[in-house]
Amino acid sequence: MTLQEIKDILEAEVLVGGNKDLKAEPSSACGSDLLSDVLAFSKERSLLLTGLTNPQVIRTAEMSDLIGIVFVRGKRPDSATLDLAGVKKIPILAPRLPMYEACGRLYRSGIRGCSEVK
Amino acid sequence: MADRDPLYEVSREIVGADFQSSGDISGELKKILLQAGFPPPFIRRIVIAAYEAEMNVVIHAFKGTFTTVIYHDKVHININDEGPGIPDLELAFQEGYSTAPPHVRELGFGAGYGLSNMRKCSDALEIDSRVGVGTRVSMDFLVNSQRDGAEVEK
Repeated sequence: MTLQEIKDILEAEVLVGGNKDLKAEPSSACGSDLLSDVLAFSKERSLLLTGLTNPQVIRTAEMSDLIGIVFVRGKRPDSATLDLAGVKKIPILAPRLPMYEACGRLYRSGIRGCSEVK
Repeated sequence: MADRDPLYEVSREIVGADFQSSGDISGELKKILLQAGFPPPFIRRIVIAAYEAEMNVVIHAFKGTFTTVIYHDKVHININDEGPGIPDLELAFQEGYSTAPPHVRELGFGAGYGLSNMRKCSDALEIDSRVGVGTRVSMDFLVNSQRDGAEVEK
């Protein structure tokens, strides 16, 4: 499933990323507000759903080879975070849905969790 | 033996409590490793451990020096910081144990997985720490066919 399809499922706005970037397909997804957990347990090419919006989220995605970030519950990151995502070419989606519902919709659509993929 | 000589060596300064630039050094390292053509799973585990170590200096120390030496089949990272040091290393390695202050936890760090994750990502990890002086972290990463899905030419 592509990020474009995920955007539609979550009824999300695209804050960073063009049409080409949204063709990327995540291997899995994880929902977390602990970057330490993301660094320790995420898989490469995963999609991260989070309520954190500081620039270190982008750094964590960069280091962990994540494919994109979903900022849940209508949260708007500051320009430093968005600029960094642009530089690092990491697509950002922003749905109004809260964390549980956003994760639930993606899981129901068949996207596996990080612990379920090799 | 030319193969035993370092291909590249780089040293950078880390500034304590600088949460704006934190991650720059690990990000630069990722670019260098990609250019060097190492397998992506190998690069990923190095860069994650490097970022954990870089953040530890930013969170806990006054300043530090981050040195990377790249060989054709391994990478060595050495981080020296001037800071409070670690009084009880065994405790610091315990998953879930953290001394990170509240403003760091608000950023999403300080869950107490940093050191154990560095150990998991690296092939060798050594820490020397002196309370009130600082900490030295040394990590080695060897290209491994099983772990990194690629064989390196000997």
